[in-house]
Amino acid sequence: MAKLTTTLLIATALLATTACSKKRPAELPPAPGAVTDQSGSGGQGAIVPGSRADFERSVTSNTVNFALDSYSLDDRARSILDSQATWLARYPNTPVSLEGHADERGTREYNLALGDRRALSAKNYLAARGVAPGRISTISYGKERPIALGSDEASWAQNRRAVTIVLN
Amino acid sequence: MMLPKTILALALAAVPAATLAQTGSAPLPVPFPNSPQSAPQAGGQAGAANPQQQGELVVDVVGGVSAPLGIAIPVMPTSEAVSTAAGRTDELGRQLSDIVTTDLRNSGLFKPLGGDALHPIAYPEVTAPTFDYWGPAGASALVQGFVRANGDGTLTVGCYLYDVSSRAEIARQGFVVPPSEWRRAGHKCADMVYSKLTGEGPYFDSRVVYISETGPKGKRIKRLAIMDQDGGNHRFLTNGQAISLTPRFSPDQRSIVYMSYLKDRPAIYVYDLASGSSRLLVASANLTFAPRISPDGRFVLFSMAVGGNTDIYRVAFTGGSPQRLTDSPGIDTGATYSPDGGRIVFESDRSGTQQLYVMNADGSSQQRISFGSGRYATPVWSPRGNLIAYTKIGGSFRIGVMSPAGGNEQLLTDGAQDEGPSWSPNGRVIMFFRSGMGGGGRADLWSVDLTGVNVRRVPTVLDGSDPAWGPLRP
Repeated sequence: MAKLTTTLLIATALLATTACSKKRPAELPPAPGAVTDQSGSGGQGAIVPGSRADFERSVTSNTVNFALDSYSLDDRARSILDSQATWLARYPNTPVSLEGHADERGTREYNLALGDRRALSAKNYLAARGVAPGRISTISYGKERPIALGSDEASWAQNRRAVTIVLN
Repeated sequence: MMLPKTILALALAAVPAATLAQTGSAPLPVPFPNSPQSAPQAGGQAGAANPQQQGELVVDVVGGVSAPLGIAIPVMPTSEAVSTAAGRTDELGRQLSDIVTTDLRNSGLFKPLGGDALHPIAYPEVTAPTFDYWGPAGASALVQGFVRANGDGTLTVGCYLYDVSSRAEIARQGFVVPPSEWRRAGHKCADMVYSKLTGEGPYFDSRVVYISETGPKGKRIKRLAIMDQDGGNHRFLTNGQAISLTPRFSPDQRSIVYMSYLKDRPAIYVYDLASGSSRLLVASANLTFAPRISPDGRFVLFSMAVGGNTDIYRVAFTGGSPQRLTDSPGIDTGATYSPDGGRIVFESDRSGTQQLYVMNADGSSQQRISFGSGRYATPVWSPRGNLIAYTKIGGSFRIGVMSPAGGNEQLLTDGAQDEGPSWSPNGRVIMFFRSGMGGGGRADLWSVDLTGVNVRRVPTVLDGSDPAWGPLRP
């Protein structure tokens, strides 16, 4: 029984790849950080207060950036997080996820740890600004989900980031 | 591959009891192929010893790349062209000779004859080579073989190695394989030739687990996949819904530890090859990653990030509470056991940048071993124990090796983004992945040998990263 299922699964997987190497976006996992829009920002409709769209419209940015191999927050990052903390104080029951990311110039495992440090760094700052730590989960994507695709200083700078995602 | 027990049973049934003692499972080497009567026995060296017999035919492993050995591997004839579950036996003979040819060529130590020089041989010729032809054709060594379908559905592949100049047989082996494992007979044959002529351990009959990649750089689909060392028998193990990373074989090759973003909870899982199911290894709210199984299969080393501090932990392969091995502030990761399981090499940025450290298996006596310029990451201990391979970061990423005490540093590759070395079972070749720069950013698997000269792309169905070379198959 188990055997059959496995074989079937593999057969399906094989079919999927051999049949098409291009048209597979149906299977794509949701891009972390991307607005998946469950909150009614689509179209021209009104943005629901307390929603992810509301958060992204209200704060200075949902993203803070870091220097190479660093997880410390500079003035700009702190001011961005201040704006996030203000919004989060208005909606004290809304949980958020902090995604930590690294650029491609680190090795895979190290970057997972570095992304974790960056997410935690932003989380700790928000907590210090009064956001209950229990509301904030963290996830590290290491270098797996770059937002800028180039291999240049400007792209790397964008990719070294922590992104606050409203979960609702 | 789903039916290892059945395969074993079939193979055993086909082999004389005498061989069972020295072998364990398919494909079984037969000390002397049961050549049908039509094939002359035992090498046909009727012409007595060659008077100008020279020294033993040996491949110089060090200088081998500059002067690879000329070798001929003609199509393996069949006693009778019949259909089998693996295809017609005459077609299999052609493909088997291709497998042996590709394996030996990829080692960088052999120069297989090609094209018109490879004249077809008749079945009786397998054990009575036409040395007068192969010598002038440029072959110092000759590999001949045959394929035969057995009554019980298995295949017998005979493999003979000859020294052309001394007109002598060097070695012979036969392999009885179920049709589903016919390619392994080719790899076993290549392994016999390679070990006999180089004195190195075999490595062709082995598999690789890796991460198959496809899709745009920002939303890459990354799934677990397994294939033979040469890219054959490729199959996907996970469906790509969740990002999979850093797979590693268990020593018994029944399981693969890897990291997955299943349910958006990045964690370490153990994949069971027989059932196709995965189990969570460490249940923790913290990020757990970078798993490696101990040589005895009892433990898994991994990294866990707790409060911004990443340390190395050890957990039983069956799960349970992890034991912490390092406690320095900073990122300690990439831990791998020495082949005897007594020591661990890992990377740490405790000094300010990523460097390599060695410690005892219980975490004691931590010592830094890398002192060159730049950063060092992803160390792996050679199966021979005498070298540690790593990723050297200094502008670009390159693969290098050093001694476990830290000396004799040597860089083997010169790509822009070469990362994640993994050793071949004999410790002479390293597989790694090379990422392209820019928007494409595609990654591919590559191999390099210890000379650093023989750099080759390893064929994969899609793109690939995080290769882990499994042990030699039994």
